[in-house]
Amino acid sequence: MSGGVDSAVAAARAVEAGHEVVGVHLALSRMPGTLRTGSRGCCTIEDSMDAQRAANILGIPYYVWDFSERFKADVVDDFIAEYQAGRTPNPCMRCNERIKFAALLEKAIALGFDAVCTGHYASVITGESGGLELHRGLDAAKDQSYVLGVLTTEQLAHSMFPLGATASKAEVRAEASARGLAVAQKPDSYDICFIPDGDTQGWLSERVGEAEGEIVDRFGEVLGKHLGAHNFTVGQRKGLNIGKPAADGRPRYVLEVQPRSNRVVVGPQEALAVTELAGSRFTWCGVGPANPSVWFDCEVQVRAHSASEPATAAVVEGELVVKLPKPLHGVAPGQTAVIYVGTRVLGQTTIDRTVAADLVAS
Amino acid sequence: MAVYLDNAATTPIRPEVLEVLTSHLGVIGNPSAVNSFGQAARRLVEEAREEIARAVNANRNEVIFLSGGTEADNLAIKGLFEARNKDAPRPVVISVATEHHAVVEAVEYLEKHGADTWWIPVDSRGVLNLEALSDFLAVRGGDVALISAMWANNETGVVTDIPALVALASAQGIPVHSDAVAAFGHVPVDFAASGLAALSITAHKIGGPVGIGALLVSRATELGAQIHGGGHERGMRSGTLNAAGAKAFGKAASIAVAELAEESSRFSALTAQVVAGVLEIAPEARFSRGDADGLPNNAHFTFAGCSGDSMLFLLDQAGVAVSNGSACQAGVAAASHVLLAMGRDEAEASGCLRITLGWQNTPRDIEALLTALPQALAGARKAGLPN
Repeated sequence: MSGGVDSAVAAARAVEAGHEVVGVHLALSRMPGTLRTGSRGCCTIEDSMDAQRAANILGIPYYVWDFSERFKADVVDDFIAEYQAGRTPNPCMRCNERIKFAALLEKAIALGFDAVCTGHYASVITGESGGLELHRGLDAAKDQSYVLGVLTTEQLAHSMFPLGATASKAEVRAEASARGLAVAQKPDSYDICFIPDGDTQGWLSERVGEAEGEIVDRFGEVLGKHLGAHNFTVGQRKGLNIGKPAADGRPRYVLEVQPRSNRVVVGPQEALAVTELAGSRFTWCGVGPANPSVWFDCEVQVRAHSASEPATAAVVEGELVVKLPKPLHGVAPGQTAVIYVGTRVLGQTTIDRTVAADLVAS
Repeated sequence: MAVYLDNAATTPIRPEVLEVLTSHLGVIGNPSAVNSFGQAARRLVEEAREEIARAVNANRNEVIFLSGGTEADNLAIKGLFEARNKDAPRPVVISVATEHHAVVEAVEYLEKHGADTWWIPVDSRGVLNLEALSDFLAVRGGDVALISAMWANNETGVVTDIPALVALASAQGIPVHSDAVAAFGHVPVDFAASGLAALSITAHKIGGPVGIGALLVSRATELGAQIHGGGHERGMRSGTLNAAGAKAFGKAASIAVAELAEESSRFSALTAQVVAGVLEIAPEARFSRGDADGLPNNAHFTFAGCSGDSMLFLLDQAGVAVSNGSACQAGVAAASHVLLAMGRDEAEASGCLRITLGWQNTPRDIEALLTALPQALAGARKAGLPN
């Protein structure tokens, strides 16, 4: 229970369904802030108190479990290392993969629990073949199946998402209010929980330091200077500070981040178009395709809140390769590609490489 | 019925104390008012003051009523520092790294405002290194404003050699404050004989209500007030006096002291049963204070390879309430500063369990603990260390 409305209502529904429920709040920082500021950050003492109060109202026991060191090593340090490697990580996904449905689930099972129940908007159902499947939440605006794409069959078997079939967040807030939960109108959290002021670049600079490097075009011509490649993400347009306008006068975008040489490559928007992406760190969510080396039709989603695009995929030489008939823009290594078939999450891979539509861009 | 073995956090109120408290809550009158109602209420406060004075062998004028242990510690440390720096600068505050947060944070507050702090080291049992203190005083004794050292530790139960400590300090005219919140009612506490300048005690650790405690301040000691107002309690602590609370505290203190000899031998036997039982179930467990002198009602252990919060959770689920040490903000069980100061590493410090007995506990409660422990320990070991 994070102290937010979703996990409080999820807990309430689990209680109502007759489960024996214990509220657990994850302490992810050893030095939590005292009060929450707006909708940023999480894990403040106020959040912990809100979670405890919700547990009180539901009549369930409540404990705080400290995963701060695991979180720092597996999520925060990983986030920094990925940026330093010129990649764009998704820390929420890492947290689900390594903390919520790994460290937390393992500890819970060892202590006698059967499942971890969260307020994610997604559904676990038994498919036609009898295997467990993860599906999108009913409310497309709130659907969080993307960040759960890392879950394996074993993890699905010990996961409960009571909000998956909810029509809207408004319904959850109304239910919280009807149940007397004080968090009914608490603002949604967004951004990265461990960067409370939302300034990712500033936060990273404090940790990895500044180092002047060059901004170049696709042909190697130096266009300007920057203070650290970690400040840039593929697809970024703002904050490039290039004095010299492009010859054609059109805006330029980050095409590639090269951490070793500390160089940032920029170019026109069309050079961002990607027709293929691939990664070797892939997992199937539930039962995978019978023969994954045979190309199959699917949809691919590369961000938590973007639309999915038609694609074909197959495992080729140890990589999950995704081909896009209609090019995608601004796909960065480090991001996660989640593969859907209909509403079902079939699997995911961390993107290691992309193939540009305009080969000059590579 | 769940078993409560976290009496160092707070004790259940004794029925006879509850009776005293509730029967006086309806009393009309401010004890500081001049009219007859005020005088009747004042009488209750003064009766209580005498009961507390008798319980700790102090003069009645040495009892300063206040809200509890934390306030008493803050008043003693800040008030002594202020008074001792009036005529000449004495920047040094000496305390112990294993103190309760109420002392540690008050000392650190003074440090932030210009004081020099020096922490008396402890050995692996938590026993103060008085030789180190003696060496330090030989060099800087003249600069020391005060020493604050707890009578007994609230986590491990280890008892301080107060006479030896006070002898060292008195040789140089340094006032000593002692937080006796954990000790009072469990080991004999004699304020007059101790030579202490100030002593903190509170009601809710001895079967009394929360919200009333006292700082004993010797007549010879000057102390700067920290809460200003109407000049109550010899000008040291302003605020309307809590007559019903004081009366209940007086009752609880009287009972605790009257029953001390009998209760401490009863507790010693029960604690011995806990220690023997725990070490039989978990031979690798470490009894934290080892062979050092300790409180009869406290058994504190570290268990290798599992986290204290898992054990606490599983015991709680099995209906046995224990603790990992002192309660923390937002329930985050950070490694205990007490165990770290005793030289334990973070992993060992995170696997701790504190069992503390109160007036209501019986041998059956110990049996319940020892029955639930093997399974709790097995589960906690399976869950391993969190980080």
